[in-house]
Amino acid sequence: MEDERNILEVRDLKIDFKTYAGRVKAIRDVSFDLRKGETLAIVGESGSGKSVTTRSIMGLLAQNAVVTGGSIEFKGDDLLKKSDKQMDAIRGRDIAEIFQDPMTSLDPTMKIGKQIAEPLMIHKGMKKEKAYAQALEMMKLVGITDAEKRINNYPHQFSGGMRQRIVIAIALVNYPEILIADEPTTALDVTIQAQILDLMKELQEKINTSIIFITHDLGVVAGMADRVAVMYAGKLVEYGTVDEIFYNPKHPYTWGLLNSMPTMDTTGDELPSIPGTPPDLLDPPAGDAFAPRNPYALKIDTEQEPPFFKVSDTHYAATWLLDERAPKVTPPEPIIERQKHFKELTAAALKSHKNQHVNEQEEQL
Amino acid sequence: MDYSKAKKVLEVSHLKQYFNIGKPNEVHAVDDISFDVYEGETFGLVGESGSGKTTTGRAIIHLYEPTEGKIIFDGQDVSKLNTKEKRQHFRREMQMIFQDPYASLNPRMKVKDIVAEGIDINHLAKDDADRSKQVEDLLETVGLNKDHSSRYPHEFSGGQRQRIGIARALAVQPQFIIADEPISALDVSIQAQVVNLLKKLQKENNLTYLFIAHDLSMVKYISDRIGVMHYGRMLEIATSDEIYAHPLHDYTASLLSAVPVPDPEYERARVQKDYDASQEFDGKERKLVEIVPHHWVRASEDEIPMYKERAMKESRLKDED
Repeated sequence: MEDERNILEVRDLKIDFKTYAGRVKAIRDVSFDLRKGETLAIVGESGSGKSVTTRSIMGLLAQNAVVTGGSIEFKGDDLLKKSDKQMDAIRGRDIAEIFQDPMTSLDPTMKIGKQIAEPLMIHKGMKKEKAYAQALEMMKLVGITDAEKRINNYPHQFSGGMRQRIVIAIALVNYPEILIADEPTTALDVTIQAQILDLMKELQEKINTSIIFITHDLGVVAGMADRVAVMYAGKLVEYGTVDEIFYNPKHPYTWGLLNSMPTMDTTGDELPSIPGTPPDLLDPPAGDAFAPRNPYALKIDTEQEPPFFKVSDTHYAATWLLDERAPKVTPPEPIIERQKHFKELTAAALKSHKNQHVNEQEEQL
Repeated sequence: MDYSKAKKVLEVSHLKQYFNIGKPNEVHAVDDISFDVYEGETFGLVGESGSGKTTTGRAIIHLYEPTEGKIIFDGQDVSKLNTKEKRQHFRREMQMIFQDPYASLNPRMKVKDIVAEGIDINHLAKDDADRSKQVEDLLETVGLNKDHSSRYPHEFSGGQRQRIGIARALAVQPQFIIADEPISALDVSIQAQVVNLLKKLQKENNLTYLFIAHDLSMVKYISDRIGVMHYGRMLEIATSDEIYAHPLHDYTASLLSAVPVPDPEYERARVQKDYDASQEFDGKERKLVEIVPHHWVRASEDEIPMYKERAMKESRLKDED
C-alpha cells in the first residue's frame, strides 16, 4: 500500500469482454484509491465501465470477461489473485454491494429475517437465535418500523423504499469495510431517494465504512461524495474532491455532463448537450476517445492519448487542454460561473485557515 | 403565454379511472381530476410512482374507458367517437411516445416499416416512392440518417431508438403528443439531445405536449405549466416558474425539496421538508381552487384563506427580491 489511508488501491486495471464480434475493451487502464471512511462517486454514462470496475472488485465478472492487466489491492492483498472460494469469504463480509433494483436483489421466497441473518450465520458462524437478534437490530437501524412483526414478512410485502432498506441491512449487517452502491436509488422516487441517501450517510458514520457510489445523477453525487471520479469509454478522465469536480472541472467531458443537466434555474431554448454517442469499444479510437464529441478537441487529441495532468494534489484530469503548449480555451458560460465560485471558496478557505493560525498563535502567547 | 386568448385543445373534467371495481382490490388510480391543456403549450404532469400520472395519459389517449368524467379533445368527447372516421381522426391527431425505447419498438420490423405504420393505416402516402420519401424526411427530422431506414431496432442505441419512436409519432402529423417519461431510460448527455429535439419539433409544427415525468428539473425546463399529482389527485397547477418559485401545497414543497441539485454547497445545506399525507384523508371535501390567477391548489373551503395568505407572503418575498 502506497498510502496508509487507503483501504483499496486499483492499479492499471484492464478488462476485455470476449464477444463474437471481437474483444470489447471495457476497462482501459483504470487506477484509483479508496480511503478509509470516504465516499467515492464514480460517474459516467452507460457503457463507460463503472459497473464493470466494481464487479471486478467484487470478483463477480461475467464468464466472458478477461482481466488482461492490473491489480486491485485490498488491505495489501491483490483481489484478482484470489480463488473463487477466497472471494466467497470476502464478499459479504469485507466488501458488500447494494444493487439498483431492490426487487431482483432479494429472494422473493425467503422471509426477510432469514435474508438479513444469513450473512451472519455464513461468515461469522453465528447461531440462529443470535443472528436473528442481530438482524432485528439491523432492521431497526435502517428504519423499518414494527421490526419484530415484519421480520417474518416476504419481500413483496414491502414498498420499493422499504425493500431498498432491507437490501442495505443485508449489505451492512457484517459491518463491511467497503460498501459498493451501484445506482442504489435510481429505481426510487425522489422523496424516497432522499430518505435512503440520508440513511446511507448516517450508517456510514456509525460503522465507518468506505463507499464506492456509482451513479449517473450528478445531483446525488453532489450530496453524497467526498471525492468524484469521472469515467468515459472505459477510462478515468478526471478525478478530484467533490468541490473540485463541481466548481473547478477541467475536462470538457465533465463540462458537458454538468451542463447538460438542467437545474431549477435553467431557461433558454436549448439545453447544452454533448453531441454524438460514446465510441464503440470493440475498436477504441486512437488518441482521446472523447475527441469526436469534443468541441474543444485539439489536433493531438486524435493522435495521442492525453496523460493525467495535475491540477492540485487531489485533482487530476486527462485532457491535452491542460498541457502548457495548449491554446487557452474559454469553457462554456455556466462552467466559468462555477469556476468563479471555486475561487471565492478557496479564498474563503485560505482566510479561515489563516485566522485559525493567528488564533492558535494568540493562544500560545 | 396569454392564457385568456389561448385555445383549449384538451379538457379533462372530473376524470375518474378505477380498476377492479367492486372487488376487494379496487384501485382508484385517478380520482376526480380536472385540467385543461392549451394549444402549443407543454403541460407537465409530475408525481411519484403510483400517483396516477401514467394512467391519466393512457385515459386521455383512450386506452381505458373512463369510470367517470369527460375528456374533450378538439371539441370532441373521446368516449363518444362513434364513427370510424372520428376514431381515425382522433388517432391521427393524438400520438404517444413511450418510456422504454427497447420495449416500444417491434424487434422484427425494419425501422422504415415501424415509422410508416401510421402512414399506411391512414393512407397518407400516394405510392411506395412517396412512402419512402416521407420516412426518410422523418428520420432526418429526428436527427437520424436516412440509410438507417432498412435496419432493425436492435442496431440502435437507446437515444436513437427514442428518436425512432418520435419519428413514428410524427408520421401522421399529429397536433397533440403524450410523452410518458420519454427520457428517463436515457443517459444524461442523451437526455438533453432528445429534449432539445422535442422542443425544436414543437416550435416547427406547433405541437402540444403532455409531458409525464418524475424528473422535476427536466419537467421544469420543458413545461409551460405543471400539474402535481399525488394518490390519483391533482394537488396543484401553475406555470412552471410559479410552481417552483412559490409552491403553495405542502406536498409540492416537499417534492421540490427532495430534488438533488448538482451543487455540493447547496446539497450540504439542504433541508428536506417532510410531508404528512394524512392531511389529504381527513374526510374534508376538496377541489382545485384558483388562489392567485392561474395558480390552482386543491383545498377545502376552510383552507382557502390559509393558501391565500401563503400566496400573499410569497409575492411579498418576491417583491423584496
